[in-house]
Amino acid sequence: MLLDVVELAIDLPAPDGWRRVVDRVSFGLDEGESLGVVGESGSGKTMTALAIMGLAPDGAEVKGSIRFEGRELVGLTEEAMGQLRGDRIAMVFQEPMTALNPLRGVGAQVAEPLMLHRGLAGHEARGRAAQLLERVGLAEPERAARSYPFMLSGGERQRAMIAMAIGCGPRLVIADEPTTALDVTVQARILALIDGLRSESGMGVLLVSHDLAVIAGHCDRVIVMYAGVIMEMGPVQAVMAEPRNPYTLALLEARPRPGAPRGSRLKTIPGAPELKSGPSAGCPFAGRCALTMDICWTTPPPEAAFGLNHVSRCHRASELGRAP
Amino acid sequence: MSDAGTRATGDAPLLEVSSLVKTYRAPGVGPFARRNARPALAGVSLAIEKGRSFGIVGESGSGKSTLARIALALDSPDSGEVRLQGRSLFDLPRRQLRAARAHMQMVFQDPYGSLDPRQRVERIVAEPLHAQGGATGAERRARVRASLEAVGLQASDARKHPHEFSGGQRQRIAIARALITRPSLVIADEPVSALDVSVQAQVLNLMSDLEREAGVTFLLISHDLAVVAHICVTTAVLFRGGIVETGLTDALFANPAHPYTRELVDATPRLDRPARVASTPANSAPEAGAGCPYAPRCAFARPRCLEEAPVLEAKGGEGRKVACWYPLN
Amino acid sequence: MAPLRPRGDPSLWLGAVLVATLIAAAALSLVWTPYPPNAIDIPHKLAGPSAAHWFGTDNLGRDVASRMLAGSRISILVGVIAVGIGLAFGIVLGLVAAFSRGIVEDGIMKMSDFMFAFPALLLAIMLTSTFGPGVVNAIVAIGVYNVPIIAKLTRATANGVLAREYALAARAAGRGPVAIALDHVLPNIAPALIVQATIQFAIAILAEAALSYLGLGAQPPETSWGKMLADAQTVLYNAPGLALYPGIAIALSVLGLNLLGDGLRDALDPKLKARS
Repeated sequence: MLLDVVELAIDLPAPDGWRRVVDRVSFGLDEGESLGVVGESGSGKTMTALAIMGLAPDGAEVKGSIRFEGRELVGLTEEAMGQLRGDRIAMVFQEPMTALNPLRGVGAQVAEPLMLHRGLAGHEARGRAAQLLERVGLAEPERAARSYPFMLSGGERQRAMIAMAIGCGPRLVIADEPTTALDVTVQARILALIDGLRSESGMGVLLVSHDLAVIAGHCDRVIVMYAGVIMEMGPVQAVMAEPRNPYTLALLEARPRPGAPRGSRLKTIPGAPELKSGPSAGCPFAGRCALTMDICWTTPPPEAAFGLNHVSRCHRASELGRAP
Repeated sequence: MSDAGTRATGDAPLLEVSSLVKTYRAPGVGPFARRNARPALAGVSLAIEKGRSFGIVGESGSGKSTLARIALALDSPDSGEVRLQGRSLFDLPRRQLRAARAHMQMVFQDPYGSLDPRQRVERIVAEPLHAQGGATGAERRARVRASLEAVGLQASDARKHPHEFSGGQRQRIAIARALITRPSLVIADEPVSALDVSVQAQVLNLMSDLEREAGVTFLLISHDLAVVAHICVTTAVLFRGGIVETGLTDALFANPAHPYTRELVDATPRLDRPARVASTPANSAPEAGAGCPYAPRCAFARPRCLEEAPVLEAKGGEGRKVACWYPLN
Repeated sequence: MAPLRPRGDPSLWLGAVLVATLIAAAALSLVWTPYPPNAIDIPHKLAGPSAAHWFGTDNLGRDVASRMLAGSRISILVGVIAVGIGLAFGIVLGLVAAFSRGIVEDGIMKMSDFMFAFPALLLAIMLTSTFGPGVVNAIVAIGVYNVPIIAKLTRATANGVLAREYALAARAAGRGPVAIALDHVLPNIAPALIVQATIQFAIAILAEAALSYLGLGAQPPETSWGKMLADAQTVLYNAPGLALYPGIAIALSVLGLNLLGDGLRDALDPKLKARS
């Protein structure tokens, strides 16, 4: 397995102790596979992605195991992690304007990982950078390379960031909400680009998003996270068509559907997410969940399995499974 | 001139904009800068009827935010008119314009930036009343209470500061502020884009309720077709400062006539089918050509499209209007 | 406004203590000093510190401690009035610039740049040589120097506030520019202005000391710390303490004000960030 995460837990310092933002999360990703991580704010999806890159914030305590190509990443020195980043594992961020250095040319930034990890000389790296910019679909790549980020549109900047990420041929690309800040037509193209690069190179993609439909369209498998816990995990078609977890169902039903009568009430989730300190006693969704029972408060729900690698953490998972 | 939807004879539309043109002078630097050769709004006209919420769909650079600002008289157009309940806003003397603002309010996109962090909620929600004048302190407090309860918040929330609330709650506060003068029209510019899916649903439900119970008509601006379809009876699609298509929302998205509308509908991710990507490259530098602004990017473009800009015309009945020489339906 | 939450930040407390001491000394000097500050006592001139004279006496036998207290009055006076002038005119100019935009804004900023270009001391010398020396003219000169600094800061921060959506929401509600300036702009730019004001206060004290040193500030029999420094020059070898005491007093006051400014900035800013 390309990426194997086992019992990953991340605690952040809080004024009154610790706050558990990722709670014993386990999943795997194979070569060439695309795994979607979906959740709302506070779900822990971004923190999980950052932890894989070794970019958890200072002061965060990362426990558990993250094995990449068989190698343990948790506890790796910054230096060793730095050799992996940009080379074997790369990340594409949400806001290309802030993720790209506004004071450096685009070409120089795309060339940087090539010089760092492949030892290419300056002019060689810049030439390769222009090729990469063309590969990611930028018209006039030479001019793009000479430009500063502010001269490009949002979609162009995101393509440049993708070029920077794939330069050294990484085996794993983590994309954290890569299209959320973009127009929908641009989003479609960028996601198609990522799909194309994946099938060409066989790299694995971890796609983090709050948008279920984006994940449905571009991922093989999906993880649904809530309050740092994986609520459901499985092949994307199975999870979307027959969700086995009340939270997944709630997310699917909250979305305005095409064809539904105008002004019909959308199903909402009562209450608000709560912050926890330390591992949760029961299910984090207890209380907000329409199917809450007494046991949900006291006992963490077991993993219930359904079909091909489809698991749900819910005491009442077997009662679900209808289409939303 | 036929309008989208039926109009009760004799009633002026709630909001009517005619031939709005607005150009911003933007500096262009370097080969990839947006030179803004095109105006932000290139002659936009539309009419919103009371009780029939109207949607505007557009991407960045479409001019939708400019349209919202001008409709609210926060910015003046280079040419064109804005009429609220029949009165032309830019012809009104200042005092009357201020009074007119009681009838139209706005909800902004950013729940974190649209509330003054240093004020208490009470002060924030009551601000339009301060501007209108005439209400005593006790009256204001009572109306703030009523407004907060109407959006599902509590009277005790009035004493708190914005940072004590979540994004969804802040958006409710913004809506409470917009409602306090009992406006007929509320312009909502991307009101739910910054919110989580479950919170988005709550705010959309609230907006539907307000339509029904408080008689509010929304002008909803969004890039999200599903959100617009949920609330708006009629929708206009904006591209580079011009309306390319307008009509009844359901028919518009089910059967788009303009290739750009089709591209938007195809690109919108849906659970039941994958997004279809347009095969033509998206061009980044807008050229000030004489033809249709969408032509360079249009999969169905023909020579006439590049030479002559099409006009928005009624085609296909049921209030549908398209600006295209070769509409798809 | 919600109450400030100062952290247990040592610089804030140290700065506050130093500034409080300065203010207390000035207040005290209005009602009591060990000796009359100008009482000349030649037989006891240049005495070292003793039980009778805590800091000794100067070259005319005047009690140094009393003169230090009296001198603190001038420092406070200069600081408060000069900064006050800077704030009064600077805020108005800055707000007018931010709200007017266009040619008015450019004009005000160019004028500020012009005033800025003059070294403060040169400006003060010009003013005092034209209108005569004395504390009042020194205050005016330093105050004038403060105006462009505050004006530029006000304009920049006000523009930042006006770009926020809540300012747009206020306009949409129908509030006029004055209402927006009072209700939204001023409360939100106040922290930056307060911090800048403490910095300008410190600079004012230094500037007054420099002017008095050059003989352009306090005139006899008034005394200021700067004047005391100047007077101490002639007897530097005999009684170095006469230069040390006012010098250290100036240094500690400036230090205290700077620390207070830093501490205030830290205490006021986090409130603006959303608490999790």
